[in-house]
Amino acid sequence: MSLLEVKKLEVAYGGIQAVKGIDLHIEQGELVTLIGANGAGKTTTLKTLVGLVKPKSGSISYDGNDCTKIPVHHFVSKGLSLVPEGRGVFSRLTVEENLRMGAFYRNDPNAINAEIEHVYELFPRLKERYKQLAGTLSGGEQQMLAMGRAILAKPKLLLLDEPSMGLAPIIVQKIFEIVKMISQQGVTILLVEQNAKLALEVSDRGYVMESGKITMSGPAQELLHSDAVKKAYLGE
Amino acid sequence: MDFLQQILNGLVLGSIYALIALGYTMVYGIMGLINFAHGEVTMIGAMVTITVLGVLANAGVDLPGAVMVLLALMVAIPVCMLLGFTIERVAYRPLRNAPRLAPLITAIGLSIVLQNLAILIWGRNYIPFPPLLPHDSVNIFGASITVLQVVIIFLAIAIMVGLLLMVEKTKLGRAMRATSQNPAVAGLMGVNVNTVISMTFVIGAGLGAIAGVMVAANYDQAHSHMGFLIGLKAFTAAVLGGIGNLGGAVVGGILLGVIESLGAGYIGDLTGGFLGSHYQDIFAFMVLILVLVFRPSGLLGERVAERA
Ligand SMILES: Nc1ncnc2c1ncn2[C@@H]1O[C@H](COP(=O)(O)OP(=O)(O)O)[C@@H](O)[C@H]1O
Ligand SMILES: [Mg+2]
Repeated sequence: MSLLEVKKLEVAYGGIQAVKGIDLHIEQGELVTLIGANGAGKTTTLKTLVGLVKPKSGSISYDGNDCTKIPVHHFVSKGLSLVPEGRGVFSRLTVEENLRMGAFYRNDPNAINAEIEHVYELFPRLKERYKQLAGTLSGGEQQMLAMGRAILAKPKLLLLDEPSMGLAPIIVQKIFEIVKMISQQGVTILLVEQNAKLALEVSDRGYVMESGKITMSGPAQELLHSDAVKKAYLGE
Repeated sequence: MDFLQQILNGLVLGSIYALIALGYTMVYGIMGLINFAHGEVTMIGAMVTITVLGVLANAGVDLPGAVMVLLALMVAIPVCMLLGFTIERVAYRPLRNAPRLAPLITAIGLSIVLQNLAILIWGRNYIPFPPLLPHDSVNIFGASITVLQVVIIFLAIAIMVGLLLMVEKTKLGRAMRATSQNPAVAGLMGVNVNTVISMTFVIGAGLGAIAGVMVAANYDQAHSHMGFLIGLKAFTAAVLGGIGNLGGAVVGGILLGVIESLGAGYIGDLTGGFLGSHYQDIFAFMVLILVLVFRPSGLLGERVAERA
């Protein structure tokens, strides 16, 4: 059984149909990427998976349960975490308070404190700034904070919405290393990216989305070498 | 009029304004909404307390005055909390995604409804607050202040410190701040945003109930229309401090109390006797207008807060 199974999902904002009947599935332990141009419907898909947007029709089953009717705040304790587009850090909370928000649903203070230390080891920049307001961090630091916060939520399935957006290449490299590391620790990941090359290089499988539809899918290496993907997304 | 005396009077008034202003500012901080019914909650806190005191007296309960008032507060606070909870559910939640003007209109409508409800229950006359609390004066450098007023100031300070600690240091407080900054992401973190919003109304209403009793005890009376003016002044205090900012509500409340008191004390001298101290109320509104014109973000407020 797949960890996540999406069938015939349609999502509309008023009259605008953003997702037009997509199917996708993610197996336990996989790192899957969803690539596509701006406006393709990637963010909408992720938002729908965590209940931020209600689907018009179709089914979403996560861990064997229908989750189209669960309120947003129940997802994180079921192991489903979204790092939203634009990071979504709480700008007037300190770095450490942001991390603690990631563990909001948990009640094991000792483990939480240990994991905060672990996140600080992963991102020493955050440790140096732990008392600073998150809004004063650079974009890259905010992305690290958003990922650290997601780690504190102990997700089974981590949804990442364009973690590399607007970041310098060297920071992007670091972010992708962290994505791989989280994946190697057994967390299943759905990575949404416009940076198709990097995303396909780290992923096991990929989906390509165009104007609300999945137009291609398959092993990441195959997509990386397919002419259609090369032409449309890799600029080759 | 003695300067120190006016300052003391201002501090009493100001700490009460601050308590009420916190209710406005907390709600604004979390949902960007002015809960204009908050003044009415304060009034109902005073009214319920007086009613319970009457019931206790009729039942022959004869305890020390402070204990009686405390017992009555134990009823008034939950009543107001329930009222705050209901106000949010009935008047604001259905309009969560409506244009900003809509909840403002329901707020004013609700305020009128509550005022008229109070008139139905308690009538239109001033109701005396029973003389249960010590009105003996203490002298401080020639100025006098009653024991009750000293208690009001210290109780208000204790409550405000408690609230600030709760918001800064506890998990609920962190969830409240996170929700005020980005409700959608707070939800993703597992925060039940509806619960946090309800809690905000409930806490604000509880503070309002206590403040209402302070007003009634200090002036020895309450009135079904008192909520309007006191609410508007506390709102002014919140705007003066920077709406949405808790510390700002405290500073704004105390400052407004002192401004008003000094203004009332000296307005006669300033206008050559043309205006008397009963023009006290104009100062609050002058402050409101000046702040809105020259510094809409208030003393401690940031530029308009970002919302996701
Ligand atoms: N809140 C919204 N209201 C109306 N239309 C929206 C909203 N969010 C996204 N859309 C539209 O839905 C489509 C898909 O957007 P989105 O999911 O953000 O795409 P992507 O993340 O792939 O760039 C776009 O046409 C966009 O304009
Ligand atoms: Mg997007």
